[in-house]
Amino acid sequence: MQIARVVGTVVSTQKHRAFEAAKLLLVQPLNLDDTPRGATLLAVDGVGAGVHEKVLIVLEGRAAGEALGRKGAPVDAAIIGIVDAVDIDEHL
Amino acid sequence: MNLARVIGTVVVTRKDENLAQTTLLLVQPLTEARQPVGRPLVAVDSVGAGVGEEVFFVRGKEASFPFHPVEPPVDAGIVGIVDHWHVEA
Repeated sequence: MQIARVVGTVVSTQKHRAFEAAKLLLVQPLNLDDTPRGATLLAVDGVGAGVHEKVLIVLEGRAAGEALGRKGAPVDAAIIGIVDAVDIDEHL
Repeated sequence: MNLARVIGTVVVTRKDENLAQTTLLLVQPLTEARQPVGRPLVAVDSVGAGVGEEVFFVRGKEASFPFHPVEPPVDAGIVGIVDHWHVEA
């Protein structure tokens, strides 16, 4: 899993039926210091996340399909949690 | 999934039998600012996308799911045509 920030929304009318009623969000993966890491990607939202929120994402098909509640869905990324806080032990 | 633009078609006559009836398109991944990012790749289409359209595609085995019960040996597939997207600063 990775920590990311929701940066935008995506609207698609013509799509695979597994995406019907699903919310598609643009997320930017983050480094531990909250700087952007890599390219933004699309994730289905399984928890009601909103733009600007820091979230936990899975980048793997089976887990993403389960987050969407649909087996056999052609998805590879999903938001599975909204991050309240990350504590890093500076001594380690 | 990633945003991308369809930039071409790929014609393959001699191919895996499970690829029969599939459409292969060349896609260029895009950033949220519509800038090309990374190398173009070939993706199987399941939504009727055309050249010039902005789409999103899935990577991995899941790209074959729209063709169930057939399992084409693909690792990238277009699963939606994007109407628009909006990035909040």
